[in-house]
Amino acid sequence: MIVKVTKPVLEIHDLTVSYGKNPILWNIDFSLPHGVLAGIIGPNGAGKSSLIKAIMGLLDVNSGYVRIFDSEMNAVRKKISYVPQRESVDWDFPASALDIVMMGTYHKLGLFKRPGKKEKELAIKCLEKVNMSNFQDRQISELSGGQQQRVFIARALAQEADIYFMDEPFAGVDISTENTIVELLKKMTKDGKTVIVVHHDIHSASRYFNWIIMLNLHLVASGPTDKVLTEELLQKTFGGKLALLSDVGDLIKQKGFDPLKN
Amino acid sequence: MEEFIYFFSFKDPNIVLVVAGISLLSISAAMVGTFTFLDKKALVGDAISHAVLPGVCMAFMFAGNKNPYWIVLGAFTTGAISTYCISYISTTTKLKEDTVIAAVLSIFFGVGILLLTQLQQTGNAALSGLDHFLFGNAIAIVWEDLIVYGFIASFVIIILLVFYKEFKLIIFNAHFAESVGMPVRILRFVFNSLLVLAVVTGIQAIGVVLMAALLITPAAAARFWTNKLHVMLLLAVTFALFSGVAGAYISYVIPKMPTGPWVVMVISFLAFISFFFAKKKGMVSRWYSQRKYQKKIHMDHILKTLFLHWEKKQQGMTQGELINQFQGKASTTRQYINHLINKDHLSATEHYITLTPSGFTEAKRIVRLHRLWEVYLSKYLNLAPDHVHDMAEKMEHLLTPDLEAQLEASLDYPATDPHQSTIPRDHDV
Amino acid sequence: MTFDHNAFLIIITGALIAISCGLLGTFLILRRMAMIGDAISHAVLPGIVLAFLFSQQREGIAVIIGAGVLGIIATLIIDYLSTKIKLQHDASIGVTFTWLFAIGIILITLFAGQIDLDQDCVLYGEIAYIPIDLWILPNGTIMGPRVLYVALINVILVIFFIMYLFKELKITSFDAEFASSIGISTGIINLSLMGMVSYTTVSSFEAVGAILVLALLVVPPATAYLLTSNLKRMILYTLIIGVFTSLIGYYVAYYINGSIAGAMAGVSGIFLLFAIIYSNFAKRIIIFSKA
Repeated sequence: MIVKVTKPVLEIHDLTVSYGKNPILWNIDFSLPHGVLAGIIGPNGAGKSSLIKAIMGLLDVNSGYVRIFDSEMNAVRKKISYVPQRESVDWDFPASALDIVMMGTYHKLGLFKRPGKKEKELAIKCLEKVNMSNFQDRQISELSGGQQQRVFIARALAQEADIYFMDEPFAGVDISTENTIVELLKKMTKDGKTVIVVHHDIHSASRYFNWIIMLNLHLVASGPTDKVLTEELLQKTFGGKLALLSDVGDLIKQKGFDPLKN
Repeated sequence: MEEFIYFFSFKDPNIVLVVAGISLLSISAAMVGTFTFLDKKALVGDAISHAVLPGVCMAFMFAGNKNPYWIVLGAFTTGAISTYCISYISTTTKLKEDTVIAAVLSIFFGVGILLLTQLQQTGNAALSGLDHFLFGNAIAIVWEDLIVYGFIASFVIIILLVFYKEFKLIIFNAHFAESVGMPVRILRFVFNSLLVLAVVTGIQAIGVVLMAALLITPAAAARFWTNKLHVMLLLAVTFALFSGVAGAYISYVIPKMPTGPWVVMVISFLAFISFFFAKKKGMVSRWYSQRKYQKKIHMDHILKTLFLHWEKKQQGMTQGELINQFQGKASTTRQYINHLINKDHLSATEHYITLTPSGFTEAKRIVRLHRLWEVYLSKYLNLAPDHVHDMAEKMEHLLTPDLEAQLEASLDYPATDPHQSTIPRDHDV
Repeated sequence: MTFDHNAFLIIITGALIAISCGLLGTFLILRRMAMIGDAISHAVLPGIVLAFLFSQQREGIAVIIGAGVLGIIATLIIDYLSTKIKLQHDASIGVTFTWLFAIGIILITLFAGQIDLDQDCVLYGEIAYIPIDLWILPNGTIMGPRVLYVALINVILVIFFIMYLFKELKITSFDAEFASSIGISTGIINLSLMGMVSYTTVSSFEAVGAILVLALLVVPPATAYLLTSNLKRMILYTLIIGVFTSLIGYYVAYYINGSIAGAMAGVSGIFLLFAIIYSNFAKRIIIFSKA
């Protein structure tokens, strides 16, 4: 079940992506309306993270395209925020929580300019929003997993974007952080932002999101939570990969090149 | 040429000495190197080879001459200390392993240089040749050296073969090795000692600066030819042996040439040949199979075009019409048409190009795969009929008969595709 | 203890080189590219020799450009081997730099008669001769040691580079994906950092040699990394350690009568040792006594 949207903020057209040579997303085609809090769910290796990386232009796509606000990604980058997985960075990096949040202001500064007082005030305000003001000068390696995730969310807030893509923001965080973040995300969507979250827990998905995207190498469903969160579609999503898609993937791995690339 | 014959006739006992020495050390280095390469620790070998220099200098200071026993002892000691430092620092501090390797390498080497220059200042006559340890000089190998270095190299080779199975398992899956009760820590210790020993054997002939290449490069080259460990070891050893002897020969012919750099040149050359020309994994063969695939795509399209035309009008196409379907590719299209005629897939009469029975079967298969994939996409991936064509266009060249059978079964032998075109099958009339 | 004019010149030059290397090295180790630094410092050698052969002078811009180009080529080859040829990353580094360094040594041996470069100089430089290698203007005015000027220009350019690209270097080092997501090209920042590392390697080459540049690139930043968790403080400590490395290294070499560059590497190692002891033991004891 794929619910079509008129006037979408995000439109994905027939996106096919390989990771290395392994096709990991097949013909993804959906659109998202303005102001939803959307969850991308699916089993391990379903391509959830790859989907948002491909949208952000961090992975090469084999075919298809992405349009945001009816334009190319690069033209609207300043309105988009991306929160990578917490494990993707080295938290021993010599920086304080505030330093990291300040990075959220860099895209507006342009080359050579340094962040000043205004940027610092914004960053402090964003740390407050995630209840981290007491930790602004704390070295990031001394923060707990949940606190590190909040720092990442605060950095995204500092970007003052319109669309947010978040990769597993609830992975390895404590319950109170999870609740804080969810409340914050709900408030953001109320203020007219669109938030897309990669999420691994189906049980909480219905409470958190008002739009669900189900993925398992291909798109199983996309639509309002009450419409798509059905037993049948969940079974389709989590009931194993489509054998043919996996077999074609194995076939391609044996070749010295990717025959799906144009 | 005379020199070549003289060298390889092995009449000169000195040459036999040199070749025997360099062969043994090349074999042991390549074997140890293969394991470190697969263990993703290639650069540790680089650090160790630089780190033996202070040991060499201290041994010289202590013994007062180039006594190989002392040199080996000194080199082994600082080499072993450096490996210990690397593992200690990278496990107990937040420093990352690459930083630790670079730091240990440069500090040990710096101290080595400090000692070496100090020795040079003293003007000791026996010192001449100490700087051969930097870039190597195989020709200077004497009988005593061969006994010491050859013995160590043979020892390394034998121990590696004895514990082949254990080392293989540790590199492949250390946790599993531990779970089946293997003494992983002891074996790692043994392996690290072998690594240091293999480096030590090379300092005289190859030199400390470039010894890393003899560990890393043969394994890197061999990796491109095989997926089997024993074949990889054999290839790495062969490559190393060849380059070792070639390097020795060059510095025999041109005495002022240090051996190490030439050995590295030869082994690097072999490596680049492997990277580019190895069967299957090499760059050229990958590029070639990609071209072949593109050629197949184009010929598939020619067959398909004729089939679709026949489907509509029940007749062949003129050569001009057919070529017009492939804008900007007229000459290749013409060439492939001829190729298909030779393969008995097409026949050309005065006006028309038509499919032969075998061409017809082949064309049908391509169109069938295309349409089946379209059905698959619309049924299993919920795609609208206007979204299925592009992907099917790629899959029609890729799907194997096995996958076709799977596809047919999972779709329950559909009669038509999402655009209501008939899916052609072999028993159709 | 002697502290004459010559000692002063040597120590200052050493300190300037340590500063340039430390500034760049800080970002190298944060990006886990320490061994790329090793590769570049080896790989510039054939560039130096070739440029030397063609331009017939060792001081010229040609040498700096030749070596800089080789340094960048080396990083591109490593990148090509690991991404296109699919050789694992550490082996790509190992294969590339040993090959290029071997070419350099062979060229030096081949053209030994035509160029004033030898294997020793390649390894540990000639910082001791700095005071007698003077820059003399065409009209005969003596401007002072030439290498000191070379190091000074290098340090100024490196400082400008770090200052102007500080936020880009920082963000691409910490989180390359996020950096790309806001439109900062990690590739370009990376390549320009590699370019500066190559340039600094060549510029320091005459003084400390190709291999010991690595000690100055990696060891002081690694030491500072263990002492602080603030990037700006890490840079500050790196600079202080660099200067003291030069100062103490000079006197160690003076008393042992050996290579100054070698002594500097050794001294930097002592600093690192102290930092490791501090971070592994002293910190725990301090925490323990507080509790």
